[in-house]
Amino acid sequence: MTDLAHIRNFSIVAHIDHGKSTLADRLIQSTGTVAARDMEAQLLDTMDIERERGITIKANTVRIEYEARDGQQYVLNLIDTPGHVDFAYEVSRSMRAVEGSLLVVDSTQGVEAQTLANVYQALDADHEIVPVLNKIDLPASEPDRVAEQIEDVIGIDASDAIHVSAKTGVGIPEVLEAIVARLPAPSGERDAPLKAMLVDSWYDAYLGVVVLVRVIDGVLKKGDRIRMMNTNAVYPVDRIGVFRPQMDPVTELGPGEIGFLTASIKRVADTAVGDTITHEKHGCAEALPGFAPSQPVVFCGLFPVDSAEFEDLRDAIAKLSLNDASFSTEMETSAALGFGFRCGFLGLLHLEVIRDRLEREYGIDLITTAPSVIYQIHMRNGQVIEMHNPADMPDLTHVDHIEEPRIKATILVPDEFLGDVLRLCQDRRGLQIDLTYAGSRAMVVYDLPLNEVVFDFYDRLKSVTKGYASFDYQMAGYRADSLVKMQILVNDEPVDALSTMVHRDRAEVRGRAMVEKLKRLIPQHMFKIPIQAAIGGRIIARETLSALRKDVTAKCYGGDATRKRKLLDKQKKGKKKMRQFGKVEIPQSAFISALKMDD
Amino acid sequence: MRDDWQAGGFGIYVHWPFCQSKCPYCDFNSHVAAAVDQRAWARAFVSELRRYARETPQRIVNSIFFGGGTPSLMDPALIETLIACIAEHWPLARDVEITLEANPTSIELGKFKDFRAAGVNRVSVGIQALNDNDLRRLGRLHSTAEALHAIEIARAVFLRSSFDLIYARQDQSLSAWEAELSQALALDLDHLSVYQLTIEPDTAFGRLHQAHRLPGLPSDDLAADMYQLTQDLCKSANLPAYEVSNHARPWAQARHNLLYWRSGDYIGIGPGAHGRLTVDDTRYSIDTDLSPDIWLEKATRGNAEHSRVPLDTADRVTEFVMMGLRLSEGLDLLRLKQMGGALIEEKVANLVDLGLVTRSESHLTVSAHGRMVLNSITRELLVD
Repeated sequence: MTDLAHIRNFSIVAHIDHGKSTLADRLIQSTGTVAARDMEAQLLDTMDIERERGITIKANTVRIEYEARDGQQYVLNLIDTPGHVDFAYEVSRSMRAVEGSLLVVDSTQGVEAQTLANVYQALDADHEIVPVLNKIDLPASEPDRVAEQIEDVIGIDASDAIHVSAKTGVGIPEVLEAIVARLPAPSGERDAPLKAMLVDSWYDAYLGVVVLVRVIDGVLKKGDRIRMMNTNAVYPVDRIGVFRPQMDPVTELGPGEIGFLTASIKRVADTAVGDTITHEKHGCAEALPGFAPSQPVVFCGLFPVDSAEFEDLRDAIAKLSLNDASFSTEMETSAALGFGFRCGFLGLLHLEVIRDRLEREYGIDLITTAPSVIYQIHMRNGQVIEMHNPADMPDLTHVDHIEEPRIKATILVPDEFLGDVLRLCQDRRGLQIDLTYAGSRAMVVYDLPLNEVVFDFYDRLKSVTKGYASFDYQMAGYRADSLVKMQILVNDEPVDALSTMVHRDRAEVRGRAMVEKLKRLIPQHMFKIPIQAAIGGRIIARETLSALRKDVTAKCYGGDATRKRKLLDKQKKGKKKMRQFGKVEIPQSAFISALKMDD
Repeated sequence: MRDDWQAGGFGIYVHWPFCQSKCPYCDFNSHVAAAVDQRAWARAFVSELRRYARETPQRIVNSIFFGGGTPSLMDPALIETLIACIAEHWPLARDVEITLEANPTSIELGKFKDFRAAGVNRVSVGIQALNDNDLRRLGRLHSTAEALHAIEIARAVFLRSSFDLIYARQDQSLSAWEAELSQALALDLDHLSVYQLTIEPDTAFGRLHQAHRLPGLPSDDLAADMYQLTQDLCKSANLPAYEVSNHARPWAQARHNLLYWRSGDYIGIGPGAHGRLTVDDTRYSIDTDLSPDIWLEKATRGNAEHSRVPLDTADRVTEFVMMGLRLSEGLDLLRLKQMGGALIEEKVANLVDLGLVTRSESHLTVSAHGRMVLNSITRELLVD
């Protein structure tokens, strides 16, 4: 156990790609925490998807032993947090477990929307903040300008910001010294009853549920019987340890320390993140404030392409849920797609990550239906229905009004693209709240319907600003609007998986865009196919996919028979990627692509 | 003696893998070689023929086809040896069809009479175009004048002759194709194969196309118009389509090729040649090595087969339907049933409703309109 004065707990706050993971790698490496031969990039990002996408999804922890220039040995606990808005809740709870943050800003880019969102969370958690200007080795680096921007936009002193190149290692010793010198040591009472924060938990195939804890007061030992104050469940502690970053057992965790415990807990759902852990006997009197549980905001249907794989999908979802209590599922039946699941996600990235994992780790081909948000349907009889799926829309004659979730979006963008960004927000039914400048960058704040953002807003934003804009959002309540359910009919058959909620004024434009898009996405058939958008019984847009004119192989003789037969056999497999609606086959990719707006 | 195979027939294909030059559109197994030891090839071909004869004694040979490559580069004496060898080992049908593919260059034309003397009774001449510029772009070594001369000579020497044309060429307009095809049809031909230019992956055109350096290819719509026009013009010239790309007077249909489309048995001799052979009620798919050197060596050592794979019922049905639907005479439903195959009635009914096929007690026939989308029809019927 380390005394409080020699502990520093911190996180790193940064926008995506500003070098957070590289800096973490460098801190780990320069202190000899991991032998050079075991180093690999993005050391703390253990999921394939994290490494591939260059993002951090789960919070990860590492304990670094560091001998400071004062000759004393310190323990530095880093909790590496996700940068993406979908995982903001992970950030906020991780922040509660540490006393300080390194604010990493790319000195060639400056402050971005996620920098802001995350730094505000750090300030909320009363963190001491050490600004770090990264990538100073690059010719485009402008540390002075960026320091000024940090002061202007965030309002914290950046005069002693540390100049760093995580890539080359320049400035790393100064960062380690600043952690010791400028971040506060934790406080706590060793002799007080045990009070520890349940920061996070996940499922490990060998150990069962692993709980990340931050001890506030008291001492946690192996064999202790602990009580979760929120769920009131009692468990005997099997193991305790710290992360270096691999799990390393220790005999006890004292105040200020961060580590893990295992206690024969079966499901992640049995652990409430933010809960207070104390001893079964002589427990602490008062629990920690805890965190609001994360709520799914985006819903979509996941159906197996091959309906025979439904059971596999059920198993795979159950396994993923073991480790991710933030995604919700319930069984769903679709006329067109058969059996599947309606799943709730924290955001689009979360949706994509879960879908990728189901497809990749469990080998299940999926059809993903149009993402939807939760609408509140206010019925004439005063009842309020939460609608996750447009297919569940009640009879309109009983509906009084419909409310939709809104967000407050913050976008930072260079001047030259401001017009495009405003147009995009306007197109998505946004209401401007604020527009300010920080140097040559504009910061716009919009009130937007989540429905309009959930799908491809971020892609569109990146595209109209050539990748220079950054974006973050917070949920901002519900508001009534004139919303209608739009159906899509293919060859006169409604395709429920393509139903969406749209604003009445936009219905025609959206309907037209969707039928035009579907016309391109559905392959030509041997007959012509009408593709229509309808509200209620009224057709608002129509396209006709003409019949295939010519599809015939000119030459087919004896020598071609084998090859052509094998080609047909291959097409049998390809056909699994299509779904049959009446006489029409729709490729699975169409269900998502149809909703993207390229305009 | 029995007439093989059921209604499919029995024939022999001989592949001569050499050409004077390689055409940029051609994905057949052809090679340009400086010198070819035709005697060594004769020994190898004969050895292969004898091997198959032991396996299929007493089958009546309906057709022999010398294809390539450019088999008209073969020594007529070699052709004669092979025909004699076949006649020695199998009974020939009274009206056996013996076809040789030829190019319309003067050297080959000079050999036509010798080929006839060797036993060839039908030639198939690769005219491809009646337009000097396009002939050059297609990599052909002959001119329009030579092509027209070849047609004349072929018809004078052989009782039956066929000519190939390629359309949907670079920068070809519908009216230009109409004029060219009309010029060919005015010659009162008995058999014409008219192929849409297909860009195959492993060809010079394929590589150019991939690099976007093959401009002027027709749009799908124009190609469809050209196909339609071809059907119309040939039909009014009394040369109806009996297969997707083949047009003939009723008596002049190519019997050897019908054997493929009717899923008959055929032996394939030569590098890359394929065969389908039914032995003891099992139908085998046989293929050979593509490389002329390897094939020659293996054949000389006694067996040039690369693989011999038994076809299960599903494979046989797929091939039977896929090949049979190409014919205007339609798919023989009785034979389909005999081999254990069946079509999904609901799908057939849909296709009938769409006017793409017609169905009688005995045959399923793709309509002229349906033939334009034959691949889709085949997929619909075969892919569940």
